[in-house]
Amino acid sequence: MSLLAGLGAGPAGAAGGAAVVPAPRRPTSRAWLWLLLPGLVYLLLLFVVPVVALLATSLYAPVPGGELGQYAPALRVANYADALAAFWPQLTRSFGFALLATLAALLIGYPMAYVIAVRARGRPLLQGLLLVLVVAPFFTSFILRTIAWRQILADDAFVVQALQLLHLLPEGGRLTATPVAVVSGLTYNFLPFMVLPIYASLERLDPRLVEAGADLYASPATTFRTVTLPLSLPGVVAGTLLVFIPASGDYVNSSLLGNSTNTSMVGQVIDARFFRVLDYPTAASLSVVLMLVILVLVGAYVRRAGTEDLL
Amino acid sequence: MTATTTTTPRSGLAAGASRPGAPVRRRTWRLGDALVPVLAGLAFLYLLVPIAYTVAFSFNDAGKTNLVWRGFTLDNWADPCGAPQVCRAFGNSLLVGATATVLATALGTLLAVALVRFRFRGRALVNLLIFLPMSTPEVVLGAALLAQFLSLRVPLGFWTVVAAHVMFCVSFVVVTVKARVASLDPALEEAAADLYAGPWSAFWRVTFPLLLPGIAAAALLSFSLSFDDFIVTNFTSGTYDTFPKFVYVSATRGIPPEANVIGSAMFALALVLVVAVQVAGAARARARRA
Repeated sequence: MSLLAGLGAGPAGAAGGAAVVPAPRRPTSRAWLWLLLPGLVYLLLLFVVPVVALLATSLYAPVPGGELGQYAPALRVANYADALAAFWPQLTRSFGFALLATLAALLIGYPMAYVIAVRARGRPLLQGLLLVLVVAPFFTSFILRTIAWRQILADDAFVVQALQLLHLLPEGGRLTATPVAVVSGLTYNFLPFMVLPIYASLERLDPRLVEAGADLYASPATTFRTVTLPLSLPGVVAGTLLVFIPASGDYVNSSLLGNSTNTSMVGQVIDARFFRVLDYPTAASLSVVLMLVILVLVGAYVRRAGTEDLL
Repeated sequence: MTATTTTTPRSGLAAGASRPGAPVRRRTWRLGDALVPVLAGLAFLYLLVPIAYTVAFSFNDAGKTNLVWRGFTLDNWADPCGAPQVCRAFGNSLLVGATATVLATALGTLLAVALVRFRFRGRALVNLLIFLPMSTPEVVLGAALLAQFLSLRVPLGFWTVVAAHVMFCVSFVVVTVKARVASLDPALEEAAADLYAGPWSAFWRVTFPLLLPGIAAAALLSFSLSFDDFIVTNFTSGTYDTFPKFVYVSATRGIPPEANVIGSAMFALALVLVVAVQVAGAARARARRA
């Protein structure tokens, strides 16, 4: 149709051409609905409905005189107060550990991303190799790697004995089963998620801007602070979210590298309440609290950083 | 540096002005120059040590518990199914990963095309629905799915695990494919339509081949997310074993070295694949330049 319009004479044809462009798309004008429907229905049934089920479960009350794990639908809001009173330390510890791991990952990951994106610029082979090294951990099971850390840091292994020999660690001191081990495990496991987005935003950075900073007699440190860092901020925001969110719900690191008393995180409690104690309402209300706190924190953080379009 | 070769007076001035300052700048730069790569090098080491450990201990003559080094052997590699449970769990993980990847990639690609190509009411809501699963910790996703499966009395097993994996993979597929769709020129589809291609054949013969690199990347991402997932799997699998679940459960009594063999083999395979893609890409770029 637009071909015919193009063949039409003079200005009328040109004007008609613009109007005609949508015409071939008319049969597809409802297409968006059919493209959306399968995915939306899926997410509705397997994300929205389960979250509603979780909310409902968090308000269940035990059946009077029933067996262990028997609950009936109710509106027992006190579940939340009970769960928070009992597991407040694990909840705050989760966010504390996740925050520390996020900061550590930022401090370690930024130089990595900078070297790959800026220092290796113009050397595609080196850049490719370094990127492969960053994603390499994804190729081995993260549980196997966490267990490798546990064995490397074990009491009778080389590292602890060397540290004790050098008196950097007191006699009988240990690395596993400490908060340090859990936080470093979290940092380790989520570090690539910090490096990749920062790399992506540094990669897009125009090197002429940095040269301009130098030409205007800014010291490298000033140029970094006023040019490079602000322009890489979207990557930093994305990276911190990608580390903080999974780290706050994780319990693999705290159960493999920590001990049960002073390192346990809320994920461990949720898992144990569900599977060992069959205390579904407590597990569900802790999950709801975890989800809400993260949504509020993420919302506030993204708004403050001015990167709403990231969503 | 390119500024000196251009002839506009302004850049000539800038280059001239920067020259006297250059030596001073060089001296102060040197510390950062050396420090940043050293820090990055240490960080790379930190990333790679546990992988090296995992690979090394796949050669350990360990017997049942792979905790201390007992000597070098190739036996574990000769018979990776020596511990049959490891192999079964690994096979299950491959099957779950493949099924979840196909479903999630299909659903996510459709969503991505719709979101980039069409303006419709409620688009922001759809974006939010796709963003939410990504910003929810896995333990909450797992707990929510388990709460639903329990209340509907759905028997836990292969299909509940697949259903759960598809759910958290879809969002990542959408994000990955969206970037690719956005970079496509809609004029290409219009040209196809102008040449009397119906929407269906325009999609399959023009849009889809151009989207393929994005779709492939999304599929690889889905597979690795699904294959390595532990927390959601643990909540939705019942007695069905996957590789990460098997490794986690056997961690307390020691993991058979065959698990390290499978982990190392997957690592080597992925590494070869990625390097091959990189080299092919570099060769193509060189050919284009020549």
